[in-house]
Amino acid sequence: MEVQDFVQKNSLGEKLFQQKIDTETKIEPKDWMPDAYRKTNIRQISQHAHSEVVGMLPEGNWITRAPSLKRKAILLAKVQDEAGHGLYLYSAAETLGISRDEMIEQLLTGKAKYSSIFNYPTLTWADMGAIGWLVDGAAILNQVMLCRTSYGPYARAMVRICKEESFHQRQGFEILLVLSKGTPEQKAMCQDAINRWWWPSLMMFGPRDSESTNSDQSMQWKIKRKTNDELRQQFVDMCVEQVKVLGMTLPDKDLQWNEQRGHYDFGEINWNEFRNVVKGNGPCNKQRLNARKKAHEDGAWVRAAAMAHAKKKAENVKQNAA
Amino acid sequence: MKQSPNSQCLIPYILFLADSTLILSHRNSEWCGHGPILEQDIALTNIALDLLGQSRNFYQYAAELINEQQNLQDVKVPPSEGFREASEDSLAYLRNERDFKNLLLVELPNGDWGQTILKQFYFSTYQLYLFQQLQNHSNQQLAAIAAKAIKEVMYHIRWSSEWVIRLGDGTEESNERMTNAVEALKDYTNEMFIAADYEVEMAIDLKLIQQQWTEKVKTVFEEATLSLPEKVFNQTGGKRGIHTEHLGYILAEMQHLQRAYPNAEW
Ligand SMILES: [Fe+2]
Ligand SMILES: [Fe+2]
Repeated sequence: MEVQDFVQKNSLGEKLFQQKIDTETKIEPKDWMPDAYRKTNIRQISQHAHSEVVGMLPEGNWITRAPSLKRKAILLAKVQDEAGHGLYLYSAAETLGISRDEMIEQLLTGKAKYSSIFNYPTLTWADMGAIGWLVDGAAILNQVMLCRTSYGPYARAMVRICKEESFHQRQGFEILLVLSKGTPEQKAMCQDAINRWWWPSLMMFGPRDSESTNSDQSMQWKIKRKTNDELRQQFVDMCVEQVKVLGMTLPDKDLQWNEQRGHYDFGEINWNEFRNVVKGNGPCNKQRLNARKKAHEDGAWVRAAAMAHAKKKAENVKQNAA
Repeated sequence: MKQSPNSQCLIPYILFLADSTLILSHRNSEWCGHGPILEQDIALTNIALDLLGQSRNFYQYAAELINEQQNLQDVKVPPSEGFREASEDSLAYLRNERDFKNLLLVELPNGDWGQTILKQFYFSTYQLYLFQQLQNHSNQQLAAIAAKAIKEVMYHIRWSSEWVIRLGDGTEESNERMTNAVEALKDYTNEMFIAADYEVEMAIDLKLIQQQWTEKVKTVFEEATLSLPEKVFNQTGGKRGIHTEHLGYILAEMQHLQRAYPNAEW
């Protein structure tokens, strides 16, 4: 192909791409797309997939200690759902030309990130409630937006995931509701969990819009459709109402209705803590990554055996056919 | 209400079934988030969920029978402090090591993936042939629970036997690991076929189950290029509440919240 043709073809592709973005037509795997668009999607979808999988760990921590058989069943099913979300998302990312092995490699070497929220410890049973309500709740706002993201496979994975996430949120809230009506110790446990998970949940939406490096381009490409600050505000407004049902409080003395804005004002996030956890210095960064590494390394012989066996079987079929 | 067979045997027998499924579910759930392949993590969690569901059916039925008897005030029931009457949770969370009747096999630590798979295969195969008899049992409620569980159990056998074959006939390392797993579990399988006192009354043909079980294991092992264990010594006691040292830790972990906050609702 002549250079000239290539440029022309590319610019045609680019035009089509932009047209699709403008007219809200999904970009599909076989479509031409700018390299940076592909890269951004790979980064975001794989990071999202890793978050689902690493997110199994803090809640998995309480499966064997769940306080009733019903709660145990709900929690097991929830953590299993998150594994399923990880699968959908790895598959969506694979349509962009990266393999699951490569993505896992990036996670284990620290090249790829996952949501920092999972670097906080789950200390009491009430944390299962707080995670469902706040963490899944924050994730939902982000994911509802992503149901309309411009990359087709990502948007479709999100539609499936969102349905399950709203279950998770309700179940989490219900855990807290029962605790909030329980013994004094249970009430204290409930408030303590809300206190510990509130600020990290607000951090889930990422840096302020003014500081966010990836946001502008992602908005233009309609990968993101709302800014970090917009989503964070939506979350605060929602939780302020819901916490009243629990008869609990959110740990922010600056929380106040602002008539003019039609939103709640809220206090300043500890951005120093935010940066520290992102950098790897959160309370559980090392434990979480080590757990994933251990699972991967301990599983190496299993994966090798499965491959070897599949190969033997395929050879047998060939021989029998011959 | 007249029970057949008599509830002095029926209740402990149901608890034996409930405890065995719950404890194996517990062990499987320890893998959740730590499996070797994401799809298989999901599959094993699924089995943990199925077993948990089965155990709840058994506990609920046992609780029903216990509560009926309590009204007649003629039977010593398992401790139910904090619960006005027996329930699935009082039975799972407030009985002690010596009251649990599960097979020793299911309380053994997971070991590696191979050992976990083999344990599951042994237990599911036993469950299938047992439930095939139970679904025709004179006790209709027990029969119904068994009939409902059979479909799940068949899936568990398919999944676990495929893995036994894959690992046995995989690499040199995986074959060696499976051989070690066979060795590690060999003394714990026959307890399934040795009747406890309360089991005799249930009129289950354990000889038949043992035959069917052995046949199935042989077939799968052949394909897996594994040898059946020799020189088996029967470790027993679980059915009577004489356990390995592992069960105490399982219960300490599992029952922690119910014990730490008596009378609380969750
Ligand atoms: Fe999820
Ligand atoms: Fe979730």
